[in-house]
Amino acid sequence: MDFINLFVKSIFIENMIFAYFLGMCSYLAVSKTVKTAVGLGFAVIFVLSITVPINYLLDNYLLKPGAMAWLGADYAELDLSFLSFIMFIAVIASMVQLVEMIVEKFAPALYGALGIFLPLIAVNCAILGGSLFMQQKSFASIGESAVYGFGSGIGWLLAILAIAAIREKIAYSNIPAPLRGLGITFIITGLMAIGFMSFMGIKL
Amino acid sequence: MSQPKATKKPAIFFVAKEREPLFSKKNRGLLKDPLDDNNPITVQVLGICSALAITVQLKPAVVMTLSVIAVMAASNVIVSLLRNAIPNRIRIIVQLVVVASMVILVDQVLRAYAYDVSKQLSIFIGLIITNCIVMGRLEAFALGNGVWKSFLDGVGNAAGYGFMLILVAFFRELLGSGKLYGYQVIPDALYEMGYENNGLMLLSPMALITLGLIIWVQRARNRKLIEKN
Repeated sequence: MDFINLFVKSIFIENMIFAYFLGMCSYLAVSKTVKTAVGLGFAVIFVLSITVPINYLLDNYLLKPGAMAWLGADYAELDLSFLSFIMFIAVIASMVQLVEMIVEKFAPALYGALGIFLPLIAVNCAILGGSLFMQQKSFASIGESAVYGFGSGIGWLLAILAIAAIREKIAYSNIPAPLRGLGITFIITGLMAIGFMSFMGIKL
Repeated sequence: MSQPKATKKPAIFFVAKEREPLFSKKNRGLLKDPLDDNNPITVQVLGICSALAITVQLKPAVVMTLSVIAVMAASNVIVSLLRNAIPNRIRIIVQLVVVASMVILVDQVLRAYAYDVSKQLSIFIGLIITNCIVMGRLEAFALGNGVWKSFLDGVGNAAGYGFMLILVAFFRELLGSGKLYGYQVIPDALYEMGYENNGLMLLSPMALITLGLIIWVQRARNRKLIEKN
């Protein structure tokens, strides 16, 4: 039951974009058409659900205060948590590289579709944000962190899909000239975020 | 601050342009343009990621601005020094490592001297690493320009970013809680007359809408920036 709760919470209530504004850069840059938005969305889900559990292991067996106890009593007092930023980003960058190579080898069609977006993802705030939130929330098990990563990815996909669809439509609307493009996109995202706030307080 | 002619410095420290005054017109432009015409947030669309979640109050926004200025200036300088030594294929990873080390420094300093603010900023200090504005300027500027120019570019862009952050935080704190930098500015008399704080301003959607309106004002003032659709 906890898993479902966490899953729904990470998609709707703690939505990466509408609640924390993570991954806004690519959200704004790649949301001009639905097709590219979907490609980037799936790549984000993919990378988030891989990197968050890996960073969970890293955090619990290497970085946390006392996490190195499994190496022997001498190491039990070490606290490497100040290294977490650099470790997390290294894992993310290498994972993205690895995922890129695997996808290229075994699923060329998918690679063609995701192609340019995969390398971009290494510097997507939503990915590092997922790992840092995972660290902050101190999940009980690797399962929870995997569910959290997957759910956050889906939440991100939903958000970028919705804005891409809306932007395709408003291309035909008569918007005041200074508001065109970026301005109206921000305001629409704000209104969507107000909509998503109605999920607050849902308890499963 | 003119350089004595006789001293021979290693070439890597200086760009080909000799004896350009430290604050020539071009260099001042590097510092000034990002504040308005080429603002990283509203025009270049970089660095919005972590910008908005911390704009409920002025104080975290100011601290965030200072952190970003420090990180950007330092990493721009370092990458600019290393620019001839970095192999092109692995440059992203090198840049990430440089930025991440700078961010760790800033994070540790904040934890030591401003613990409560550092708690408030929570993960958003860490997210400076993936803030597109840092990587974007490294890629676009520091990799191809000299140290001093890169430093100015870093400070200028970070200040432009911080300017927007502080502007949004100003409106949100003023209208949302009637305070500025933690001090009450709206007089009690006004509350007695029935004025109420707008609680909606404290919620995250209003950060986006405030920024949208700021962009509207900026582009109405400077019509060059208007987009086609």
